Amino acid sequence: MEAEGRVPGPPPPPLPPAGGGIGAELPAIPPGAARAPLLGAPAEVLELDDEEDDLEVFSKDTSLAEANSFSPSMTISPSSMINQYKFEDEPELRDLFITVDDPESHITAIETFITYRVITKTSRGEFDSCEYEVRRRYQDFLWLKSKLEEAHPTLIIPPLPEKFIMKGMVERFSDEFIETRRKALHKFLNRIADHPTLTFNEDFKIFLTAQAWELSSHKKQGPGLLSRMGQTVRAVASSVRGGVKNRPEMFTEMNDYMETFSQKINVLDKIAHRIYKEEREYFNEMKEYGPIHTLWSASEEDIADSLKGVASCIDKCCKATEKRMAGLSENLLPILHEYVLYSEILMGVLKRRDHIQSELDSKIDALANKKADKDLFSEEIGKLEDKVECANNALKADWDRWKQNMQCDMRSAFTNMADNNLHYYEECLATWESFLASQTVDCHGEEDSEDRP
Amino acid sequence: EPLIPMESSEAEPSESRPEEDGAAPGNCLAKKMEITVSEAEKRTGRNAMNMQETYTAYLIETRAVESQNEGQCSPVDSLWRRYSEFELLRNYLLVTYPHIVVPPLPEKRADFVWHKLSADNMDPDFVERRRIGLENFLLRVASHPVLCQDKIFYSFLTQEGGWKEMVNETGFQLKADSRLKALNATFRVKNPDKRFTELKHYSDELQSVISHLLRVRARVADRLYGVYKVHGNYGRVFSEWSAIEKEMGDGLQSAGHHMDVYAASIDDILEEEEHYADQLKEYLFYAEALRAVCRKHELMQYDLEMAAQDLTSKKQQCEELATGTMRTFSLKGMTSKLFGQETPEQREAKIKILEEQIQEGEEQLKSKNLEGRDFVKSAWADIERFKEQKNRDLKEALISYAVMQISMCKKGIQVWTNAKECFSKM
Repeated sequence: MEAEGRVPGPPPPPLPPAGGGIGAELPAIPPGAARAPLLGAPAEVLELDDEEDDLEVFSKDTSLAEANSFSPSMTISPSSMINQYKFEDEPELRDLFITVDDPESHITAIETFITYRVITKTSRGEFDSCEYEVRRRYQDFLWLKSKLEEAHPTLIIPPLPEKFIMKGMVERFSDEFIETRRKALHKFLNRIADHPTLTFNEDFKIFLTAQAWELSSHKKQGPGLLSRMGQTVRAVASSVRGGVKNRPEMFTEMNDYMETFSQKINVLDKIAHRIYKEEREYFNEMKEYGPIHTLWSASEEDIADSLKGVASCIDKCCKATEKRMAGLSENLLPILHEYVLYSEILMGVLKRRDHIQSELDSKIDALANKKADKDLFSEEIGKLEDKVECANNALKADWDRWKQNMQCDMRSAFTNMADNNLHYYEECLATWESFLASQTVDCHGEEDSEDRP
Repeated sequence: EPLIPMESSEAEPSESRPEEDGAAPGNCLAKKMEITVSEAEKRTGRNAMNMQETYTAYLIETRAVESQNEGQCSPVDSLWRRYSEFELLRNYLLVTYPHIVVPPLPEKRADFVWHKLSADNMDPDFVERRRIGLENFLLRVASHPVLCQDKIFYSFLTQEGGWKEMVNETGFQLKADSRLKALNATFRVKNPDKRFTELKHYSDELQSVISHLLRVRARVADRLYGVYKVHGNYGRVFSEWSAIEKEMGDGLQSAGHHMDVYAASIDDILEEEEHYADQLKEYLFYAEALRAVCRKHELMQYDLEMAAQDLTSKKQQCEELATGTMRTFSLKGMTSKLFGQETPEQREAKIKILEEQIQEGEEQLKSKNLEGRDFVKSAWADIERFKEQKNRDLKEALISYAVMQISMCKKGIQVWTNAKECFSKM
């Protein structure tokens, strides 16, 4: 795939629907094949029961005790979203705009959880209305993701934010955590909306439009909890067994790529977090550094102004550092984290493709051994061959698309980081240069009076 | 042409020096002689207890400055001295010129160290910074209007052998008032000189604020080091990542290189900043020298008051004996009442002794008063000189700090501009 070299000119058009439409692709998933559970959960995270996903531990902030809104909603207008997201599809063609905002705490007798407001604006015919507003909890997003994985096992379903984060940076269910999660959920839905296939998924539509009770009853129709476990276990098992043996070269390459990519992105994620931490410590020390100069100036006469000048410069640089940190946490850190999750998703997708192929392979082997029921087998094999071909094509196309997006996202994230640092240094430079200018003026004034006898 | 050695000046405080004004006078040693501490060398030797020790020796080079330079270079004289000899010189100056704010030596042990710096006295960076500090000390003394004329100082610069003996022969250790060393002892001075009290407070404040500043600066340096160095990790990972990418490869690789440059740049930046810290440290130690002068004044004042008190009580005793009245209780008086009065002859003898003592005491008090006034006059002159020097130097230091920050920012802008270009090509 990468062998194609540079992609010149306009990005490739979205995958055209083939036959019955790839969106409605795989006919009748056999009841046994369950939804795949979240493969994205990193090892460090505590495995919680589903009901506890958005349970809240009362944090120090007592305002959470009432059904309150948290941070002022960052309503993102559809037009600003066009600037935020670079998608291969021409932005002017987008006809579905989604925002996630307004986290709200809900308390019942049994539990406490958070819902987010999901607003959808669309001009599509298949939607009865052109605007919808619903409230969804994290559980609902999980459900959507597993339905999508179920329906499209070899498509790359975007990552969801983790259940909760054990890393030091953010406290469980603090405002910061909720805001980070909200942004990630927003991104999740928009990535789906921009996906040429997933955007037409029926469950996606229901997620966006159904009222709470409608969604509940719809959810109950799907396969239960236990069946979720099945598919991934089998997928892992089959790849261990060697669904690899007839794997097309292209997918082996993908696998190798993903292994290295996954390694590197994890390290980058760690590096970025470490830089944030060091910058924070630097900021803390700088906060103390400036005021000492002001304190000193109180005992001095002649140099009091110079000392105060230095104090003011240090304080301004301190604020600039804060801005630099904010830039990091708003842009680079979330994107790197997203791709850490993506790398796990992609490994899962490759395994599922292998599993589909191994079903075919094992049927072929069985045919070779049994002479009887040849006709029946042939029909089955035919269907499986179609299934494999569909899966491979879907994955190939989605992989190309994913790589394009990844390149785009990385480029913009790192360029943004460089920009942040540039602004930081430019601001600090201006501060110190203006201090220096003020001092040299004074110096010349003093030199004249120094020649006293 | 050899330099004309200056007259030895065991400057009695009573001799006031007409040259003691702000600027370094024309006949000051520093103007006549180039002084450098050009090298440092590790030595091993045997100490006083015949145990082997390692120490560093410093090479002092001196050369006469020809005022009418026809391109002739006078020869360079040199000798080696170790830190303990510098300490001896300074102690001598402190005792001999108590009214002078004597320039401090660079620190004996590395203090205010941030993690990357070594606290080891033998560490080459520490030795280098000490070499510069010692040179600075010598230049300060050589440009001081009073100190530069001292013979012992001159010999320190020019006479390798027998210098130690020469210093000890001055007997300065005996002159040293041990009370000055007792830093915590307070002397109840009834009429303190307000100016000196204020100066003492100022020196305490200066010491406290500069220590605090140096401590925090070291922590800031530590953190800054961390920020820069972690970016170096990007370089390695970008390089490894670029191996699996086709289109992004070049951009990643070259961006990684810039990250390495960025990470490496902090070493020079912080080394330069260390020199700034040394400038502040000099004034941290100068604060101590300032306090020493105040202390000396305090002691003189105390001695004066004690002497005056003693004289007053003797006068009173004398009067009582003469008039036969006992206004103040004395044990002698009581015992004589109990065991019989003195004879008139005995009384006469006592009075005579007392009168002699009173006369002596009055002369002493007079000279002490004179001493005190002269001390205050010359001390205050040097303090004014010191204040101006301090203001000049510190302002310059702050400006140089700003220049360093500006340079650091410019380097940062360059690196990140380059990195941004690479990223945008990814």
